[in-house]
This record gives sequence, C-alpha cells and structure tokens, in this order.
Amino acid sequence: MLRIENLRAAVGDKLILRGVNLEVPPGEVHAIMGPNGSGKSTLAHVLAGSDAYDLTGDVHYNGIDLLALSPEARAAAGVFLAFQHPMEIPGVGNLYFLRTALNSIRKVRGLDELGAVDFLAEAREKMKLVEMDPSFMSRSVNEGFSGGEKKRNEILQMAILEPSLAILDETDSGLDIDALRVVANGVNALRGPERSMLVITHHQRLLDYVVPDRVHVMADGRIVTSGDKGLARELEEHGYTSQGPADAGRPEAVGVVS
Amino acid sequence: MTAVPSEVRQLADQEYQYGFSTDLDTDVVPRGLSEDVITMISAKKNEPDWLLQWRLQAFRHWLTMEEPGWQNVDYGPIDYQDIIYYAAPKPKASLSSLDEVDPEVREMFDKLGISLAEQERLSGVAVDAIVDSVSVATTASKRLAEVGVIFCSFSDAVQKHPDLVRTYLGSVVPYRDNFFATLNSAVFTDGSFCYIPKGVKCPMELSTYFRINTADTGQFERTLIVAEDQATVSYLEGCTAPMRDNHQLHAAVVELVAMEGAEIKYSTVQNWYPGDAEGKGGVYNFVTKRGKCAGANSKISWTQVETGSSITWKYPGVVLQGDDSVGEFYSVALSANHQQADTGTKMIHIGKNTRSTIVSKAISAGHGQNTYRGLVKVLRSAEGARNYTRCDSLLIGSECGAHTFPYIEAKNSTAQIEHEATTSKVSEDQLFYCRQRGIAEEDATAMIVNGFCREVFKELPMEFAVEAQRLLDVSLEGSVG
Repeated sequence: MLRIENLRAAVGDKLILRGVNLEVPPGEVHAIMGPNGSGKSTLAHVLAGSDAYDLTGDVHYNGIDLLALSPEARAAAGVFLAFQHPMEIPGVGNLYFLRTALNSIRKVRGLDELGAVDFLAEAREKMKLVEMDPSFMSRSVNEGFSGGEKKRNEILQMAILEPSLAILDETDSGLDIDALRVVANGVNALRGPERSMLVITHHQRLLDYVVPDRVHVMADGRIVTSGDKGLARELEEHGYTSQGPADAGRPEAVGVVS
Repeated sequence: MTAVPSEVRQLADQEYQYGFSTDLDTDVVPRGLSEDVITMISAKKNEPDWLLQWRLQAFRHWLTMEEPGWQNVDYGPIDYQDIIYYAAPKPKASLSSLDEVDPEVREMFDKLGISLAEQERLSGVAVDAIVDSVSVATTASKRLAEVGVIFCSFSDAVQKHPDLVRTYLGSVVPYRDNFFATLNSAVFTDGSFCYIPKGVKCPMELSTYFRINTADTGQFERTLIVAEDQATVSYLEGCTAPMRDNHQLHAAVVELVAMEGAEIKYSTVQNWYPGDAEGKGGVYNFVTKRGKCAGANSKISWTQVETGSSITWKYPGVVLQGDDSVGEFYSVALSANHQQADTGTKMIHIGKNTRSTIVSKAISAGHGQNTYRGLVKVLRSAEGARNYTRCDSLLIGSECGAHTFPYIEAKNSTAQIEHEATTSKVSEDQLFYCRQRGIAEEDATAMIVNGFCREVFKELPMEFAVEAQRLLDVSLEGSVG
C-alpha cells in the first residue's frame, strides 16, 4: 500500500507539488492524468528518490518512510520508475546493466546473486513479453535505441526486477499504435494482486489497453479529481479545462480545488 | 540540480594501495649527475666502451638542452643534482634460477600481487621484474629461447647480444631526441630487451614490472623490442612506487622496431604513486615511447591505461615508414586529486597507404587536469594516408579540467584525416537512472566510467583488461560517504 500525505515539492522558490494526497492499495492500477506542467512527472521522480527537490509531507510505502530512503534503497524495497526519458549509458551492455541492477537488489534482500547463465535464461523469457530482439542485450544501455525501443527496454527492466510498486511516467508518449500495444501487453502481463502501478499519461489512449482501477487528475500540483475509468473517457471528450472549479462538486472528487 | 554530490567530490580521497616500501640492502651511487657518475654506472654494469661513449655523448648534449616548458602541467623545478641515478638491490649471489631471487624481493612482488614463481609456472606470461635500477628476475626465458625469442634485462642483453643492442639502440629515439630522452640515454640503468626472430609468433605475453623502491631515486629504464619480418609479440608493462612525500622522477625510453609484416602490441598499465590528496609527493613520469614500422605491412599498437603519477608527460608514437603499415594508439588517462596528465600520441605517416587510429579517453576527477596532445603528420611521400582520431573527455565533479590540443600537418593532398572530440560529464540523470535500478552510487559511477573506457579496454589482453578495470574501480573508490 502506497500512501501519500500532503506532499509538497519545490525547486528554489518554485512550488511544483502543492500538497498531493493519494492512496494506492496493493494490486491496483491507478492512472494519473493532467496537462503539461501539472506536476505528474515531478511526483514520479519524487517517489523514485530524485534529490532535485525540497520536500515536505509524508510518503509511506508498506509501512516504510519512503522519503528517508536513497533511490537504490527504494529500488530494493520494490519501487520502480519507468522513465519518460530513459538515460543512455555508452559502453555499458544492456544485459550487464540489468544483471548488475538485479543482483544489487537481491544482495540487499539477502538473496544469492544470479549467475550469468541463469540470468540470461530469465532475460530471454522476459524479452518475449515485450517482443524484443535478443540483439538488444549486447548493445549499450539505450544507446542508439529508438523512442519505442527505449520504452520497451523500460518495461523489460520492470519485468526482470519485478517491483511491487511500478510507476510508469508517460510510457506511451512517442509510441505508434503497434509499439503501444506491445508495451501495454507487457504492462498487463505484469499486473498482479501484489503489484501496485501508477500510470502517468496525457492520453486516454493507453488506458484503453491498460485499464485502470482509478483515475486521478492533477492540475497545478494537486490532485483535483478522482474517479473510475470512465473519468478518463470524459477527459478525452471534454479536455482538462472542464476539471476546473466548476466540477469540484462532482461526487467522486476528492481533491481540494484551488 | 544542486552542487556536486559530496561522494563525487571525495573521489580525491582515493587510497593508493601499493604505497609500502621494502627494506632492501641497496647499492647506490652518490647523488647527482656528472661524467664520473655515468662512468661509474657503466663500470658497475661492465659495459663495453662504445656504450659508455654513447652515454657520455648524450650527457654532453643534455648539458646544452633546456627542460621543455610547453606542456600543460605545472610543477616546481627539478634539482637534477639531488637525484640518485643508480640504486640496485644487492644480489646475494649471481642468479641461476628464480629460486635464488632474494626472498625479500620475492615477498615485495608477492605483495604487489605478482608472484614471480607462479608467473613462471602457471600463467602464459613471462615477467621481467625491475626494482629501482636493475632487473631482479626474468621468468620463462628458457621456454622462450626454445623458439628463438630473446627476453632478458637490458643489462643482460648488452653482455650477451651486444650487436643487436648496438644496431637498434637509439634507432627510433636518438639520444638527441628530447630533454628527458637524452637524460635517459646518459644514465639509463636497466630495462627489458626483447627480440623476436623472423616468422616467430611469440608463444606468450611478455611483461615487465617496474618498481621504484629506494627513496630519492630516479628510474631511468630503457626498453627495446625488435620484431623481425612476420614476427608478432604482445608486451605488457606495469608500474608502481611507494608513497613518499617528495617527488620521484621517472624518465624512461621505449623503442619498438617492426620489420616487414611484423606486429607489436604494447600495453601499459601505469599506476605510479600519484601523490596524496593535497598533491604532495608522487611520481613525475616523463617518458618517451616510440615505435617504428620499418617494414611494409607492419603494425604497432600502443594501449595505455594511466591512473598513477602526479605528472604524466608521454606521447607514445608510431613512425609509419613502411608502405601499408598501421599505427594505433588507445589510451585511458585518469587524473584525480591534483594529478596532471599531458598525454597523447604522434603518428608520423611516411609510407604509402599508411593508416593510423587514435582513441583517447580522458577522465578528470577532483582537481585533476587532463590534456590530450596529439600530432598527426602526413609527409609528402605518404600517398593515400589515413588517420582517424577520437578524443573523449569525461568530467566527474566541477573542479577538474579537460583540454585537447590536436596538431594536424598534412603535406600530401590525398591524405584523409578525421578528428572527433567530445566532452561529457557523468550526469546526475545517469546516476539517478542507475540508482533507481538499485545500483549504489559508487558502483554506478564506476560502471559509467568503465563503459566510457570500454573501447580502449577491449584492446588490452584479457588479464590486463581485468586489472585495468579493477584499478579504475579502486581509483574511484571511497566515493560513497
């Protein structure tokens, strides 16, 4: 269970998150939608442990004070962020990177490291999930990958690291419809009773494939409206502007409107 | 993003793990340099008169020279009269086998992770171990002799193969070459000699391990490798020195000669003491390394990993004289703390269709200053010459620097010369990405740096690649506070 209470994030004088409240129970998929600059990606980075912000508020994850942990400790605790802009690491093989990541996490959890052979077998299996060509494994991390390949690589990493809380930051942006389907299939295959997901997106389109349990709308650093999957479709039809103060009285709204 | 993380700043606090010194009973000549000292060194080594005369010629020429000042490094004046030019562990008796190597010397090498006995028995590497001014042990010489390969200390070569030494000594780096090479020519003490006869593929890696032990000693070794027609050899060189508060001077000369169709691969992992976090002490490494592709279709390849020394000044080059000959230079240079490196290469194209490749990876951390300086010179005769140069610099933290000085001179219009250069930082975003995947910051930094160097590491022989990677990891250690 993820519980966010009155989370505020600022860079210098600029307040980006202005008191976010959110609960994601185990096994549920929650979508966060909202216009550019509403703070969605900041929320994702803050949860993953970025130190670029000054923070107040609380984030509890399975009883742990998440904000007190380093990014790597959060990863070991099961938090995974699929980046909107995955980093390139020249000269570091994709497979090597993934195995290092998995073994770092296993080490913290007191598990034995996975040998190269066992890992390769596992990686091959997971690659089928995102229809990834094995040649990607020997290439450098994300170097020279197309936008779609990078996103698939993120989902592959998620499949291998098996997080209990997966945050997908605009994983659908820049994908054509075929790539979107591949990525969505990968995400759906990883849904499970123990795995919570926070899916951040601009578009309804992804949510046709990855059907959320709840939809939240962010505006100006807060969650202003929440609802079921129908809310996403409404937004698609009417746009974000209809989620202003006039709609604050909606029965499903939980956010405080500015 | 805010300031540089303290972890990265603490790169400066890296530990030097080879800093111990060993108490050896040592034979030294008096401090300072004069014709008497040179004559004394020559006599100690029982050298023929022509070699003494060569040394003295060099010394007289050196007296007329000035220390170069063009390099992008900063150091106090060196008092050449305050250096001990010859120091040798006193042998208990003359050696006929490794078992007779002084136990203290053996122990020193064991401590450095180089077991002389094991090297001989187990690995496919022959080692020449040099302490201060002399070679203390050469392994596997007998096995090499069976195929006609000569691998011995330079002093032995002067005694046993004087004609070969006389033919090639100074043939690539003449004694008038430059201030430090001339000094070396006057006072050089030992080094390795290696001769691969025609058509022979050297059956094992040859390796020299240099160690400065005695305080205030300069090390002036001279290495000469000759590969006859169609011969091939791979040669490795490693270096360390104890931690001492004052600077030690290392001015070596390496000459390589490749005849028709011959190939020489020369790999260096240089880990001289770099000085402490404040820049106190450390080795001044002023080295002249040059290879000559004398015959057609010959190839000389330099690979260097430079993590040590307080000052590094070296430009391993290749004179591409034979038609269709190939020169390569692959370099990783790390400057952390207050280290300064001015390093690069010279590729001199003389023959037709000669090709050269230069890949330089410079890493700067702490207050380190790293300069790439390279010369690509295409003479009028070098029809169809080609060069490809790539210089990448990686900055860790915000108090270090990277500089690139490429010099290109082309006198033949058919020459094709390419130069690419990049400068990047280990970015906060890259580190965050790795850490989000569970990889601790220190490991992530090491991983990114190793990835940056991969193009060069893959040129190193297997054991050395592992060693080089480990060295970089150690040099980047102490980064998580």
